[in-house]
Amino acid sequence: MDYFFTEQQQMIIDTAREITNEKIIPVRAELDEKNQFPREILQDIAKADLFSIFIPEEYGGLGGGCFEVVLALEELARGCVGVATSFAASALGIFPVLLAGSEEQKQKYLPEIASGTRWAAFGLTEASAGSDASGIRTIAVEDGDSWVLNGTKQWITNGGESQIYAIVALTDPSKGPRGASIFVVEDGDPGFSYGKKEDKMGIRSSSTRELIMKDCRIPKDRLVGRRGTGFITVMKTLDMSRPGIASLGIGLAQAALDEAVTYAKQRVQFDKPIISFQAVQHMLADMAIQLEAGRALVYAAAKHIDNHPKDMSKVSSMCKVFATDMAMKVTTDAVQVLGGSGYMKEYPVEKMMRDAKILQIYEGTNQIQRNVVGQELNKEYS
Amino acid sequence: MLIIDSDKCTACGVCESSCAFGAISVRGDCAVASDSCTLCGACVENCPEHALRIATVEKQLQADLSEYAGVMVFVEYRHGKIAPVSYELLGIGRKLADQRGVGLSAVLPGGSVGTLVQSLIVAGADVVLLAEHPMLEQFREDLYASILEMVIRERRPEVVLAGATSIGRSVIPYVATAIGAGLTADCTRLEIRKEDGMLLQTRPAFGGNIMATIECPQTRPQMATVRPKVMAPAEPDASRSGEVIRIQIPPELLQSNIDVIETVVNTEDHVNIQEFETLVAGGRGLDSAKGFALIRELAAELGGAVAASRAAVDAGWIPYPHQVGQTGKTVSPKLYIACGISGAVQHAVGMQSAEIVVAINRDKDAPIFDLATYGVVGDLYEVVPRLIQRLQESRG
Amino acid sequence: MMKILVCVKQVPDAKDVRLDPKTNTLAREGVESIMNPYDRHALEEAVAIKESQGGTVTVVTMGPPQAETVLRESIACGADEGVLISDRAFAGADTWATSYTLARAVETLGGFDLIVCGKQAIDGDTAQVGPGLACRLRVPYAACVQKTRQVSAQAIEVERMMDDGYDVLRLPLPALLTVVKDINEPRVASLKGKMRAKQAKIRQLSAADIGADPQCIGLTGSPTKVVRVFSPEPRGDRTIFSGSVDEQVDQLVACLKALI
Repeated sequence: MDYFFTEQQQMIIDTAREITNEKIIPVRAELDEKNQFPREILQDIAKADLFSIFIPEEYGGLGGGCFEVVLALEELARGCVGVATSFAASALGIFPVLLAGSEEQKQKYLPEIASGTRWAAFGLTEASAGSDASGIRTIAVEDGDSWVLNGTKQWITNGGESQIYAIVALTDPSKGPRGASIFVVEDGDPGFSYGKKEDKMGIRSSSTRELIMKDCRIPKDRLVGRRGTGFITVMKTLDMSRPGIASLGIGLAQAALDEAVTYAKQRVQFDKPIISFQAVQHMLADMAIQLEAGRALVYAAAKHIDNHPKDMSKVSSMCKVFATDMAMKVTTDAVQVLGGSGYMKEYPVEKMMRDAKILQIYEGTNQIQRNVVGQELNKEYS
Repeated sequence: MLIIDSDKCTACGVCESSCAFGAISVRGDCAVASDSCTLCGACVENCPEHALRIATVEKQLQADLSEYAGVMVFVEYRHGKIAPVSYELLGIGRKLADQRGVGLSAVLPGGSVGTLVQSLIVAGADVVLLAEHPMLEQFREDLYASILEMVIRERRPEVVLAGATSIGRSVIPYVATAIGAGLTADCTRLEIRKEDGMLLQTRPAFGGNIMATIECPQTRPQMATVRPKVMAPAEPDASRSGEVIRIQIPPELLQSNIDVIETVVNTEDHVNIQEFETLVAGGRGLDSAKGFALIRELAAELGGAVAASRAAVDAGWIPYPHQVGQTGKTVSPKLYIACGISGAVQHAVGMQSAEIVVAINRDKDAPIFDLATYGVVGDLYEVVPRLIQRLQESRG
Repeated sequence: MMKILVCVKQVPDAKDVRLDPKTNTLAREGVESIMNPYDRHALEEAVAIKESQGGTVTVVTMGPPQAETVLRESIACGADEGVLISDRAFAGADTWATSYTLARAVETLGGFDLIVCGKQAIDGDTAQVGPGLACRLRVPYAACVQKTRQVSAQAIEVERMMDDGYDVLRLPLPALLTVVKDINEPRVASLKGKMRAKQAKIRQLSAADIGADPQCIGLTGSPTKVVRVFSPEPRGDRTIFSGSVDEQVDQLVACLKALI
């Protein structure tokens, strides 16, 4: 379908596609097998200016919005969701600065992110705080010219690989949701270290690690936004980033569909290519229909968010749920179309199916997303 | 430029379909050429109406071509040895010289090479031109080029042959440019046209999809490079005798700009696969670097070397010097066993001149089977171990 | 500040070129024009040296007007400017005439410290233009460079690939290198580069602009003439075995007996 991209948008798609075809696809199976972080590919992505897409022009970026990020992520995810996640996590980690940071913070961090010389990560989840963010135990205490942080973050994407971390910590535990704040913690800060590295089912090339803050002392000016506004910034950050996760589902499903159709055309059984059997055709047709519906929703949601920054929760959650549930279904069906071959590591679809599962879980489970949509509906109809 | 006779042109469109560059097309009732025209002449040959011709600036002859006589071979020396390709060049050089009724000379630059001259005479040379000096022990482009240029200018051979090796392909184009001679790279066939004694040089073009025959009608010497293993060396004849001429090298020709800091000879993983008569090649179908252990085992069993497709090299399973194909090496061994290689054109151009090709692939429709002398359809992980076992048995 | 020149060529994607067996002519259906793959590595090396040493990268190509595409592609990948050497009089040039034309253009542009070329172009596969250009410009050169070890304002140290390994060479600048694909991994063109490339002004040089001698360019200036093109002979009889793996291997071993 023609989505009438602007020249710049088409350029972003082409560039991300070249990265995927030339740098990601040839090595994705190996990265997956070895659990290896795609450092070199992220450097290639940086050289291609893709990290600068969503950074405003005054900070060395291209000034694009959510839609542009979605387009780039979709293409990267067509190659490998692990790599695309590592890229997306850096955007997620810098969104708090972009949304709520001071001018000084923006000038300090955004140009580095735009050029890809440093990467970011977002530290929200803890052992006791998954879907329920109010379970956070990490504490930040003011001490003279510093903040001192104590606590452990869990399952942090890009942990140990990024240099800049947005850490959510409680500054006033008694105030509940109003008591959280966001801080920038940098690699090498005293008292900041990395813990357990996870061994995952899918997106194995991405790094998922513990962040440990033990009397971690950082300068006062690392507080992002006003004290106590942390949760508001977290919600806005996730609203901005969810269409990105949705677009990973789109790219992944596209890759699975491509593999399934290609295979179905060349695999011969009963003297015919299996694509000539209606049972297979219908599966492929359903995959294509759901994929295109998902893509249209994600694009529309991203454009909506770029134009209505104050009203994005519902569309953001809707597109994340739809596109990632769709990706799970389409990748599962792709394995089915490839049959025994699909189950073997020799073909890429088993990895796609493993990678798909996380999309329904991270950055807010699809159950939590449905809560958001439900609550918004309740508000709208009151 | 291409001249189109609009009176003769019938706008039939044959020229259009004959042009590889999309440079000629029919507009209205006549063909029109564009800037993309390379004057290759394909359209001229194909025009049924003879409506096309190529007009060029009249070429002034550089010299009297009849002043040039004899066939000369550039002999390559490295690490105390003469490259096998040099004997192959003497083999074809001998044939060409005999057909022309002229002598065959061999130019040998090197550090301490005096003891090697006899082998060149035994292999067919009438004259060995010895350029011996410690500065020539290592290959330096500028020194080798100056000496070859000097020798060619003095001796005026009509044909100069060199190996299409790292050294040959590096220095010969420089020499040909310096003396204004035509040079054809990687010839697979060299023959003399009886009528006028012209050297016809045939070589693959467009990655081996097309063969082209080339001649140098107005310049001498006619220079050509030939890849290793393409020509056969002459049967050594110990009874042959020849003349050895020691070249006086002017001191200024021994002043090099190039500092050779180090020479690294690679072992195992950097063997020169072009020198082997048997190659066992692995491709994407190996699935992992581990697969090359099996390939190595088969190669060792056959006394051959290990080659690879680009997919295997790109995957990091084996280093680049093993790569065969358009962006790798071109090989022409006696036996080439392709294991798990699909046989894309890019690979085919690097190995299609092998004498016998064995393809082992589980996809019976893989294009490699079109190139194969013998094809085994099956999983290489079953076929290769079985093959190794049978080879060992047959050896007792 | 280093002034680096890269020579690139637009070539038909060789894998698509075929000779029509019936008409004995080249079938160009669907043949795409691309930047010669080796030249992408030459450009990457030049841009990497520029990034480490400071300087500029100029890219030249000789070809028809549409060869401008490869110059813009080069700018997108980090080159600073592109120069198109184009004239109908250049048509039909072999490697000798090509190196002459490039040399005249290089002299016209002037003042380069380093010239980088791909080892060869995939349409002709001759690997002759690089060394030929070095000869015309009278600069030291190294063919088939697999690694740049060190660069300074005065000299460059490289690994030159040999059939049995490699030599480490130091060349005084100005010098010329031809590179193999092992030397680097070419980058993907950047977004900002693509935008710059779109707006870049491409300088054009004609035969007159470079003061070319009509005797030395194009078909007239070419000592070699193609007199015939034809399809390679297909492989003779082929035998595809059938049966179980063991049976097939037994047949193969029987066939190869004479050889091994």
